[in-house]
Amino acid sequence: MEQQRPPESIVIDSVSKRFTLRHARSIREMTIRAVRRQELSESFNALDDVSLTIYQGETVALMGLNGSGKSTLLKMISGVMRPDRGSVRVRGRIAGLIDVGAGLHPDLTGRENVYLNGAILGMSEAEIKRKFDAIVEFSGVERFMDNQVRFYSSGMFMRLAFSIAAHTEPDIFLIDEVLAVGDPPFREKCLRRIRELRGEGRTMVIVAHDIQMLTRLCDRGVTLRKGKVVFDGDPAEAGRLWREDRQARQAALKKADAVR
Amino acid sequence: MSAVDAAPPAELPPLVAPGTDGGLRRALKDRYLLRLLVRRELKARYKGSLLGLGWSYVRPAVHFSVYFFVVGVFLGMSKRVHHFPVYLFSGMVLINLFTETLHSCTRSITGNAPLIKKVFLPRELFPMASLLVSLVHFLPGFAIMLAGALSYGWRPDPAGLAAAVLAFAIVVVLGLGLGLLCAGVNVFFRDLEQVVDILMIVITWSVPMIYPWVHVRDQAPGWVLDLYLANPLVSAVSLFQRAFWYPTTPELFEFPPQLYGRAGVALAASLVVLAAGVLVFSRAQQRFAQEL
Repeated sequence: MEQQRPPESIVIDSVSKRFTLRHARSIREMTIRAVRRQELSESFNALDDVSLTIYQGETVALMGLNGSGKSTLLKMISGVMRPDRGSVRVRGRIAGLIDVGAGLHPDLTGRENVYLNGAILGMSEAEIKRKFDAIVEFSGVERFMDNQVRFYSSGMFMRLAFSIAAHTEPDIFLIDEVLAVGDPPFREKCLRRIRELRGEGRTMVIVAHDIQMLTRLCDRGVTLRKGKVVFDGDPAEAGRLWREDRQARQAALKKADAVR
Repeated sequence: MSAVDAAPPAELPPLVAPGTDGGLRRALKDRYLLRLLVRRELKARYKGSLLGLGWSYVRPAVHFSVYFFVVGVFLGMSKRVHHFPVYLFSGMVLINLFTETLHSCTRSITGNAPLIKKVFLPRELFPMASLLVSLVHFLPGFAIMLAGALSYGWRPDPAGLAAAVLAFAIVVVLGLGLGLLCAGVNVFFRDLEQVVDILMIVITWSVPMIYPWVHVRDQAPGWVLDLYLANPLVSAVSLFQRAFWYPTTPELFEFPPQLYGRAGVALAASLVVLAAGVLVFSRAQQRFAQEL
């Protein structure tokens, strides 16, 4: 029997995004820069004609150096940013573990934050009520649910935030740099939860800096270099390319140091 | 086994561009999130303070006392305007609602930058929440004003209530419209915050709340009066005074000419401002994440 491809989940079609870095904001700074004949602003391509189709149930790692466009691409998928050119289309509900904790408010208690952040991530009141106990248990901060979050340790903070996001049950799950947090046992728990969500056939796009972990977790790797897709396929190979980039950059930095 | 395992082919949701289902309507539909955002705002503002929400009584009370003693007693306005405390306070609650809405809407996007940069939410939620918080603050002041008016012999009359509703509508629509406009623009030009703060002083003194409008008529040239009366807030304040203060007096006070006609135009103008605000905001919000 011919195996059918699952339906597309995320379709990115020749997306470009240009960022402008402004060096001067105030009139005073602008005048000084103009007098010295320095550039007022500088622009660069964060994403350059990127096309990528991700199918339902895939777990895809985005790899590349800092500034290669991974996070920008993730923001395009989540809808936080719009592409300058090209189009992004997605199917179903998206939730992101993008810098978890952005939605947690330090002046509210843990309990209030579960409701607020749950709603921010797209859950309904009934859904949060149903999952409340599971969220609290997963986070392991039961005893502090009625304390203001500002008094939490950074580990507790991240655990609660991850726990809320991990219970949102979206169709597409975006994960950015969050797996580096927490102590090893909690990290293991997070990874287990991600595998569980993957097992339920959800689409996942992951950005992280741990190549080994990504290679084990994902079934497809995409390497970005200066806003362009340079490799798409086996995660081990994508990881190897990324490692090369890193080494090249380190060597370049050393050289620059030696010259100086 | 396969019969159990094979889930029925679920209806596939369509492929859509993310982050396009925003807008004011969507923000209003998500009532639960809006309610939580309002609660967060209120809790966070009065965190760790002994008086808590009580501060929303203290601020207008101090404002009122200063105006009452300086303008009413020392400058003798109480002798010229019947029941001056009611006159002053009925305008003040409305203007406070307007200035607070404008002030907090302007900061609502820059103040929530971490969230807006990370998670896609209909961005209109934030100015909407600011407006609702201002309304929560408006209620105690309004209740005190009603109690005061009652003690001066005020009784509700249909025409007065209609005037109050019209005034309220002008203030809310204009406040949200300008608020959306300023919230969007403030992301690109942070100077606007300062401009809005200065504007709030101008607004307080450019409406007939501390003095009656006839002073402008008698002292200023005709074109200044025309300009003055063209301000939608002047109509709104006059209508509120018509509703809550005028019935307590011998009803000899002369309101600005064609008050209702001007108020109707003011409401229409406010609706235009709201439409412009919604439009500018929805255009601007596409670039919020990269500008913040």
